[in-house]
Amino acid sequence: MKLSELKKGDSALIKKIDTNEALKTRLASFGVVRGSELTIEACSMGKKTMEILVDGTLIGLRGDEAEKIEVEKI
Amino acid sequence: MDTIRIVLAGQPNVGKSMLINAMSGSNGLKVGNFSGVTVEKTEVCFEHHCHQFEMVDLPGTYSIRGFSQEEKVAHNYLQNEEYDVIINVLDSTHLQRNLLLTLELLKLNKKMVLALNMADEAKKEGIEIDVKQIEAIIGVPVVSVSANTKMGVEELLEKIHEVADSPKREDSNIVYSDAVEEEILEISTFLDDKGFKIRDLSSREVAIRLLFEDKDLYKELHDEPIMMELQPILLKSLQHIYTHHETKNITEIKYNEYNAIARGIRMETVQCGRNRGGKNRTKKIDDILINKYLGIPIFLFLMWGLFQLTFELGAVPMEFIDAGVSAFGDWIGSTISNEFMRSVIVDGIIAGVGAVLLFLPNIIILYIGIALLETTGYMSRVAFLLDGFFHKFGLHGKSFIPLVTGFGCSVPAYMAARTLKSEKDRLITLFIIGFMSCGARLPIYVLFTGAFFGQDQAGNMLFVIYISGALLGLVMAKALRVFVFKGEDEPFVMEMPKYRLPSLTLMWHTVYNNAKSYVKKAGTFILGASVLIWVLATYPNQPILEKEYKSKIELIKDTKEVIKLENELKLKKLENSYLGQIGKASEPFFAPLGFDWRMTVALEAGLAAKEVVVSTLGVLYAIGDNVDENSNALANELKANVSFASAMAFIVFVMIYLPCLAASMVFAKEAGGYKYLVYLFFFTTVTAWILSFITYQILA
Repeated sequence: MKLSELKKGDSALIKKIDTNEALKTRLASFGVVRGSELTIEACSMGKKTMEILVDGTLIGLRGDEAEKIEVEKI
Repeated sequence: MDTIRIVLAGQPNVGKSMLINAMSGSNGLKVGNFSGVTVEKTEVCFEHHCHQFEMVDLPGTYSIRGFSQEEKVAHNYLQNEEYDVIINVLDSTHLQRNLLLTLELLKLNKKMVLALNMADEAKKEGIEIDVKQIEAIIGVPVVSVSANTKMGVEELLEKIHEVADSPKREDSNIVYSDAVEEEILEISTFLDDKGFKIRDLSSREVAIRLLFEDKDLYKELHDEPIMMELQPILLKSLQHIYTHHETKNITEIKYNEYNAIARGIRMETVQCGRNRGGKNRTKKIDDILINKYLGIPIFLFLMWGLFQLTFELGAVPMEFIDAGVSAFGDWIGSTISNEFMRSVIVDGIIAGVGAVLLFLPNIIILYIGIALLETTGYMSRVAFLLDGFFHKFGLHGKSFIPLVTGFGCSVPAYMAARTLKSEKDRLITLFIIGFMSCGARLPIYVLFTGAFFGQDQAGNMLFVIYISGALLGLVMAKALRVFVFKGEDEPFVMEMPKYRLPSLTLMWHTVYNNAKSYVKKAGTFILGASVLIWVLATYPNQPILEKEYKSKIELIKDTKEVIKLENELKLKKLENSYLGQIGKASEPFFAPLGFDWRMTVALEAGLAAKEVVVSTLGVLYAIGDNVDENSNALANELKANVSFASAMAFIVFVMIYLPCLAASMVFAKEAGGYKYLVYLFFFTTVTAWILSFITYQILA
């Protein structure tokens, strides 16, 4: 499933990141890579932006970016 | 005395600026820009143990391989500039993520020291770090410091001497995944067998760089005979790694490896005690502040507070400054007998300096507010909350603050746009700030709406003016994004830093430096430009005209008649000045909008400052320049001489055209050059002209 489909409080494992190089580099520099574990901490109205917790770091990202990240709920 | 050149590199929010202050005792801090870009560069020089330390603070970046302007600046500097030691500053409470940058920095093969900052906070959160173990793995000295309590700062300075004096960096003992390690061994053994050496790299390092496609190394190896034999081995190795990682994208593989290494180092060296207090507190605050429903109302309330503070509190010193400057001008004026000199000094220079100083209280208060938002970590939450709305218009969540500030005054608004890190986002925001009608335009609106709608309707019309200006700005932002600043959006992936209590020292430095740079840079240009406008409005001298009126005035006893004649003289003088001549010459340009030459001159005078528009209209309609927006005489005069359609077109033009000189100068500085001011001039003038034209044609 996609990261954007998760709800607040859900945890998941990243399976695949299907984005362009710029975004991939940015995500990787935050520790968001294949195999990382994440938790959804907050969503703004209409899921325009989401806050995720990865390895102790809180990261905000756009909903349409989250759509490109394939995850497995745990 | 020997000099040690030091570069500070680190991720954002690791307390680099604080650490610089702690190390240098905050003496001799120099804030500027990296050449050619609007990325802030802090430099500092100080003495330590008979050595001159020259320190450059790079912009905080999560990576030096990325695509953002900051990342490019940092990468270029590290790659091409001359320096002796890198201090890599890390946040002890987020070691794993911070190590990702460290791994990239290691590849530069420079002497390095790791400074694990915020040691005090880590201790509070029950985090224990095995510094010696990290040193053993990474191969560079590691110091635990706290910029806050100054703990470890002296030790860090000592270490810099040591490292600078050491001949070479030790090899690191970083271990990659099994698959990669196997191939490293394979290739390095081959290199050893061949006895191949390049630069001062070990065989292992060469193997790693070959596997991770280091472009520079490939360039160097291109003509080497060994490449022939190396190629098949490399191909086989890469195949193996591809299978293991399930991808052929080497960048992705590299980052996966780096992440695994960073996690490994963290697990090996960090003991996490009972509670992660800071985390929990941040989570709790986030539950309220970025709550789906409460988040935005809370934010709007805070913004309202900041706004009130900026313009209410700021108005007090502004009045003093205004009164002080004019009193000072009068006093100086009374001591100068030469008419020309007095006019230059009082009306030109002192008035110009006064205009610069006038904005200072606003700028200081606003910067305190922004520094508060940023150092506490709330700014990122603001972007998080508002990005959904602003992204629709091609803007960024953080654009909100400069835009809203624009309703007060464009000068601090342009400066507030610095918080936007992406070049495109910042430029678009800068270009549309002017659409948010600033406080100085209010008198013009009040005058015209009062004259043409009557007092009871004027309030509603004002509201319509402000709202339509803002909406127009958003539409323009979208247009700029689609037609001018094309290309893909900057990704919105940002750290939500831990909530922290603001540090007073850091806030003081931010506010002080920004205020100083405003006075210094903007000051000189605004001053020059004010003098220019004054020259245009005063010259050429018209002695005949003055004589004529003087003799007329002398003949008349009635004071009312005298005032009338004096006003007439002012009108005639302005009409024949360069400014008046320009106004008349450009009349045909404004004729399709229904403006006569008087409105044209008023608009052009408004380029200096919007406050001048009303007083110029007063002069031009021969009522004198002591009028304000509530003056009935001027309102009646306007109603008698200006058609409704022309008046509405005039309001539209004022809403959109170029902000005042002070703001324009600040705009040019913040956008990164005068060419942007030329763009802004055409952008606003063309838009204003077209919309005024439409307004006039519909209503006429």
